[in-house]
Amino acid sequence: MIMTRRKTLATGIGAMGAALFVPQLAMAATTEEAISAFTGGATPGEGDLTLTAPEIAENGNTVPIEVSAPGAESIIILAAGNPNPDVATFNFGPLAGEQSASTRIRLAKTQDVVAVAKMSDGSFIQAKQEVKVTIGGCGG
Amino acid sequence: MAENVTPRVRVPSEATAGEVVTIKTLISHTMESGQRKDDQGNVIPRSIINRFVAAFNGETIIDVTLEPAISTNPYFEFDAKIPESGTMTFTWYDDDGSTYEDAHDITVG
Amino acid sequence: MTKTLRYAGLAVSVLALTAMAAGAQEVVDDQLVVNGEIPIVTEAPAPDYASALGTIRSGWTFRSEDTQMMQADDFDNPGMLGVEAARAAFNSEMGTGGESCASCHDDPESLSTVRGTYPKWDEEHGTVQTVEMQVQECQTERMGMEEPYGYNSTDMINMVALLSSVARGTPVNVAIDGPAEATWKQGEEMYYTRYGQLELSCANCHEDNYDNMIRADHLSQGQINAFPAYRLKDAALVSVQNRFRGCIRDTMGETFAVGSPEFVALELYVASRGNGLSVEGPSVRN
Repeated sequence: MIMTRRKTLATGIGAMGAALFVPQLAMAATTEEAISAFTGGATPGEGDLTLTAPEIAENGNTVPIEVSAPGAESIIILAAGNPNPDVATFNFGPLAGEQSASTRIRLAKTQDVVAVAKMSDGSFIQAKQEVKVTIGGCGG
Repeated sequence: MAENVTPRVRVPSEATAGEVVTIKTLISHTMESGQRKDDQGNVIPRSIINRFVAAFNGETIIDVTLEPAISTNPYFEFDAKIPESGTMTFTWYDDDGSTYEDAHDITVG
Repeated sequence: MTKTLRYAGLAVSVLALTAMAAGAQEVVDDQLVVNGEIPIVTEAPAPDYASALGTIRSGWTFRSEDTQMMQADDFDNPGMLGVEAARAAFNSEMGTGGESCASCHDDPESLSTVRGTYPKWDEEHGTVQTVEMQVQECQTERMGMEEPYGYNSTDMINMVALLSSVARGTPVNVAIDGPAEATWKQGEEMYYTRYGQLELSCANCHEDNYDNMIRADHLSQGQINAFPAYRLKDAALVSVQNRFRGCIRDTMGETFAVGSPEFVALELYVASRGNGLSVEGPSVRN
């Protein structure tokens, strides 16, 4: 057997007692379905929606993200690679100073984080960013 | 009611009329996702805060729907417009039916 | 080939491979100032006995900017939830005579010199005591509690986090000479002893390979000035000796118990390697 670097590392991982977290993929809802439910079937376009997330998250348990879409009524956040893609929906009221919000989310693995904003004219716009989730050190 | 749930909010006590101020909130809560298993292999039932609302003098600032993918000790930062003196209220809704509330007065000088 | 040899070979290959990934993560050398008012010394000249490090560096300097930022403001630091819980406990009746911590100590701020100087020789008990042992001593000997806080209980970790929070910015300065010397030497020996089937000592990772990657993680110097640490992985505060336990477990070894004399000795030694850094807990780590 030829030991590739990856396989050698995997052996090392096992030997170091790391418990690899394997998410269950039992949930039926896909990101596409979740977006469709939010938009009523409309396909979101591009626009002034900013999704800020780390390129590399040191730990998937607590990933800081921020969304901002001036003039939006609401913004939904989805994590395409989680067991259930739904993360949060921000609905902005009349006293929202800006249509932006920050929170901390869980990501089961490296994946795309998706934000879709519903604008006041009824249109939808989308932004997406990949977040690499590191598995950590020997403790996993 | 989940144990040891304590809300924290950071709100300025003063503002000018129409000023946009930044609000931070953090509440201690395990946000049990319903995805984990205990030592016996049984699924630990979901138990999360599923909604958070911030309002000022009864008008909504932000109304958030939370799913199990929100981290332990849910944190939010957002901006609020302060038109006049009044009270900012914060309400967290738990899966178990309980609610946690906090309120802060803001004086417009 | 014996098992021992095989595992030793594996350990070497893991370290060699991970060293190849070194430098993947930029170190942010910005200054940590908590709440814009408490400057934290995150780099300092190494003490003589830790001269292999050259410069001692807080674990904060090894973390990503996002993680670092969470520690710069108490509101963003979830570890402060534990501090607040302990502050309430500090003022509540615990003892058989209705005493609270505040009955003797006024407020936590009056104890700001504690965290940086422990573990410390205790003349009365003839042993080196950690902060946890000191809290337990107060509870059993002065407050008459039959059941003090468990060494690694949430209540205890929160109390240590409170004592750390009021000491932030003060230097770590544990005494290693005089009556503490024998314990310190025991800790030093442990630091360089290879444990577990992987045959790894503390020094293999934290002295010889800090700044290298171990799998996807950026190895630190293993400094403990910033404990208790809110670990994003656990979403909870973690005590220093629980972290020791995790390290030895990951070498596939039988670990010492939290609160054992061995871990007290190791804590004194590892703390001394950070003499000159600031007390920083509760910190935020991955």
